[in-house]
Amino acid sequence: MPDDANYVEFKGVSKTYDGVTPVVDGLDLQVEKGEFLTLLGPSGSGKTTCLMMLAGFEAPTAGSIRVRGRPIGDLPPRKRGIGMVFQNYALFPHLTVGQNLSFPLEVRGVDPEHTRNRVARALGLVRLEGYENRKTTQLSGGQQQRVAIARALVFEPDLVLMDEPLGALDRRLREEMQYEIRRIQRTLGITCIYVTHDQQEAMVLSDRVAVFHDGRLQQIASPEGLYEEPMRNFVARFIGENNRLPGRIESIDGAVCDVRVGEALIQALRVVPAEVGDETTLSIRPERVKLAPEPGLYHNEFEAEVLDLTFLGDHLRVVVRLLGNDDFVVKIPNIVGHGAVIPGDRVRIGWTPTDCRALDHEPEAAPP
Amino acid sequence: MSASGLRRRGAALALLAALGCSSGDGDAGSLTAVSWGGAMARAVNKAQYEPFEAATGVTIAREDYNGGLAEIRTQVDTGNVHWDVVDLETFDSLRGCDEGLLELMPDDLLGPGADGSAPAEDFWPGTITDCGIGRIFYSTVLAYHPDRFPGETPATLGDFFDLERFPGRRGMRRSPLVNLEFALMADGVAPEEVYAVLDTDAGMERAFRKLDTIRDFVVWWEAGAQPPQMLADAEVVLSTAYNGRIFNAQVAENQPFVIIWDGQVLDFGQYGIVAGTPNLEVALDFVRFASTPESMARVSAEIAYSPVRRSALPLVTTHRETGVAMAPHLPTSPENMGRALVSDTRWWSEHLDEVNERFSAWLAR
Amino acid sequence: MTEPRSVGPPARARLRAAGLTLPLVAFVGFSFLFPLGTMLSRSVYDPLVADALPETLALLEEWDGETLPGEPVFAAAARELETALGDRLAGRLGGRVNRVASGMRSVIVRGARAAAEAPAATARETLIAGDPAWGDPATWRAIRTAGERFTVRHYLRALDLDRDAGGSVVRQPEELRIYVPLLLRTLMVSGAVTLLCLLLGYPIAHLIANAPPRRARWLILLVLVPFWTSLLVRTTAWIVLLQTHGVVNSLLVALGIVADDGRIAMIYNMTGTLVAMTHVLLPFMVLPLYSVMRTIPPHFMRAASSLGANRRQSFFRVYWPLTLPGTAAGSLLVFILAIGYYITPALVGGSSGQLFSNMIAFHMQTSLNWGLAAALGGILFVAVGALYVVYDRLVGASSLRLG
Repeated sequence: MPDDANYVEFKGVSKTYDGVTPVVDGLDLQVEKGEFLTLLGPSGSGKTTCLMMLAGFEAPTAGSIRVRGRPIGDLPPRKRGIGMVFQNYALFPHLTVGQNLSFPLEVRGVDPEHTRNRVARALGLVRLEGYENRKTTQLSGGQQQRVAIARALVFEPDLVLMDEPLGALDRRLREEMQYEIRRIQRTLGITCIYVTHDQQEAMVLSDRVAVFHDGRLQQIASPEGLYEEPMRNFVARFIGENNRLPGRIESIDGAVCDVRVGEALIQALRVVPAEVGDETTLSIRPERVKLAPEPGLYHNEFEAEVLDLTFLGDHLRVVVRLLGNDDFVVKIPNIVGHGAVIPGDRVRIGWTPTDCRALDHEPEAAPP
Repeated sequence: MSASGLRRRGAALALLAALGCSSGDGDAGSLTAVSWGGAMARAVNKAQYEPFEAATGVTIAREDYNGGLAEIRTQVDTGNVHWDVVDLETFDSLRGCDEGLLELMPDDLLGPGADGSAPAEDFWPGTITDCGIGRIFYSTVLAYHPDRFPGETPATLGDFFDLERFPGRRGMRRSPLVNLEFALMADGVAPEEVYAVLDTDAGMERAFRKLDTIRDFVVWWEAGAQPPQMLADAEVVLSTAYNGRIFNAQVAENQPFVIIWDGQVLDFGQYGIVAGTPNLEVALDFVRFASTPESMARVSAEIAYSPVRRSALPLVTTHRETGVAMAPHLPTSPENMGRALVSDTRWWSEHLDEVNERFSAWLAR
Repeated sequence: MTEPRSVGPPARARLRAAGLTLPLVAFVGFSFLFPLGTMLSRSVYDPLVADALPETLALLEEWDGETLPGEPVFAAAARELETALGDRLAGRLGGRVNRVASGMRSVIVRGARAAAEAPAATARETLIAGDPAWGDPATWRAIRTAGERFTVRHYLRALDLDRDAGGSVVRQPEELRIYVPLLLRTLMVSGAVTLLCLLLGYPIAHLIANAPPRRARWLILLVLVPFWTSLLVRTTAWIVLLQTHGVVNSLLVALGIVADDGRIAMIYNMTGTLVAMTHVLLPFMVLPLYSVMRTIPPHFMRAASSLGANRRQSFFRVYWPLTLPGTAAGSLLVFILAIGYYITPALVGGSSGQLFSNMIAFHMQTSLNWGLAAALGGILFVAVGALYVVYDRLVGASSLRLG
């Protein structure tokens, strides 16, 4: 009996090519039926390898993958019933659009009449009605992308994998296609696993996002969850902008802890299990920092020197020197009465402990 | 062409030479001599080129070719003649003469024989033609390796066609030349009748019918080096072959090959001079020098081919390199001439095209 | 003053650019088109007899072709033959007429000698005294035919056709029909060699195209090694391997697979031809295939299998069509080269080793019938051209990828 919550399941999956360096390390992951899950991470983080193992082009070194409750390790790609959209579309250049779309049906022995209908329907789905006889090489990038998606869907798989499908498109087209992909996925109610290194894209498309780093799953959560409640330093850095202050835990009081950063003591949420004396990195979103608040409003209040100021329309971006850091960013909404500051001013800034998360300490890793 | 015409042409060529078209340099002059490469070129070099250079001071440029007239024709047609004296198969010499590719040989070119006889008497009949002076006789013979015949050994041309007594594959040159003569003689035609018979349709038919009897057992060879190799490798049990090649295998490689001289078909090579050469005088000097009985005998001390002058034969004694007595190995030695045929190159020059087509059609059947 | 609108410089630059190709154009013209043209023109144009016997031929135009021509014709012929003899043309004349009818060489030469030496009372008696064949109308017919300045008879010959006495085109007698069967066999052998090269070359090219770069370089080198040795050496190597007491047969006997007296004939027959030619021509198949396969990204095959195709379907519906330009280029190359090959089949092919090009070589080198050689070459040229047209229709010449 397929379990809808465990529609796709990775269990202890590891992959290594040389027997030493893991490309994917001990992955546990469940995907729900009908869900849009994005595997997000920088290149080399193992996300594409996961997709390839699921599609059947790579075999796990350890662990097992189940789809619809059944292990698929012994099935060749063609028997997994998974639609796949490739990075460079992989449209067959010697075939027309129509022939590309009929390909998966013909190899399955669907009769020509049905094939024609389903091809036409699939083209309708991606809004390319009447393009059957075009050569794929005559299409624009966006059109090729639509054809690739239609081809992955035309044999009606309930699971579709997409490997950076929008990587080759320009920004405007990407946004258009993101919307299209989401629309199609919702319309058909299929399960979709999507790989990208673009956090924006992941946020727009996904029900849940799985963040990968160095072959390990860092966190899996909804886009809001990832942004608001990053559980790992890497996730905090990778998703959206944040300020990081390295320090040491001095005391712990339930969910809250005091962290020593240079001279100052900062109160923060204790997110990771850490003990007194452990090193930690504090993560504060720039828009949660208040410039020149009324004194005593925040538990965490410090004096800072304004270094740089950028006007960005809906907000101001202010870079200040704080506790020896030269790159602490504060975002101020562009509303009347924000107070005029100029570089060189000394200002007070502050934030609440709930907007300040004490995460793991990971000094050497640099975000992309 | 008359002698005066020849002189006129010579004068024109001398003028051309003076204008820088000549390949000649130095007082004694130079000459480009073209031979067949391999053992033949080595023999001619030792026996004729080197002595001529020593005697006259002329430098000889040596070149090799594989027979045929295509190259000479190209040189003559384009007016860019750089070959002078060429070792020709008689067949090519005749055609080349007809086509105007070769100079006519003057009547008074040759000296008397070793016994004082006039050249016309001394040379084997037919070996002097309008454009060619005979050099050597070579012979297509039958040969075998004795290991293949532990019992009775083949001894006659007829045995070559006798698959019952001597089973096994035969090697033959892929050409109608010589093979048609072999076929008719094996079928009982006397050597002197062969061409008269071939001249008739029925005779031609008869020759091909005889070849039919062994057709499926023939391995066709193309190059003269192949038959000794095929005999040594047991690819064939009997083969037609050039006698010089077999001799070479016997003395140089110690192969125990046996030659059947019965029914041998002799052919002769000639010296010819390419028409329009700027070195005509030197070329004629060379041909005169190379055609003395002594010079011819020196060639036969290098390679097992017979001089075409009768008076040169007694001058041949032993093989220069190995000291083997040459007489038993020479095609024209009396003991080898029991049943022998001198190929009628004139007949062939008239009929080769047609016969070759027929032969090719027969092969392809 | 302002510069005039710059129409000049691009035009000049274009001219200069075109000028740079001039040496190549000249080279192609002189070394390829010109010889090809002169050679082909020989197949239809031969003025030698017409120039030497103008009067005779003019008089023969009125002749009925059945009875012996009259004395004026004999007189003109005797006069012109005598002149020809003086110009050393008699032999060549004889050679030309001999090509029309075997045996005519000596008839012409003897006639010329007779005309020059011992004139009898009439020209007719003189010539007939030289050779009785002058009394046969067939001789005169041969002269008339040989006297055609422009002629298609070489092409007729090359197609195993001939003109009968009445001038209508008929097929040659069976024992002389050689060129058409030979052409067909040559095309068949070439086709078989092409197929073998494709069957062997395809996996090799695939292997190289998918090997890591370092290994691919080595493999390419191995493919090219045969080019480093002479054709003769390679062919001889096959003789050593394949002959009755050769390496392969001895190995089979030693392994007990065949009996000592049952050794397989693998050379001096069609097998030998195919093996040796395939070996020689294989690189010409592998290289274009490799260059095309290298450009096929691996994700096409992945896409095919993710779409549900099994290995066979992925191969035949995706990979194979994508390699078609290379397959076609390689096949065309091998086929055309195979058609012109003759040394290899001559050495290892036994009685079946005689191919079309052997006949061309024969007429170029031995019979000196360059007109016929040119006609045979022309037919080969047309055959290859036709093949190219077919190819162009099927695949499109623009997709040719030669490597």
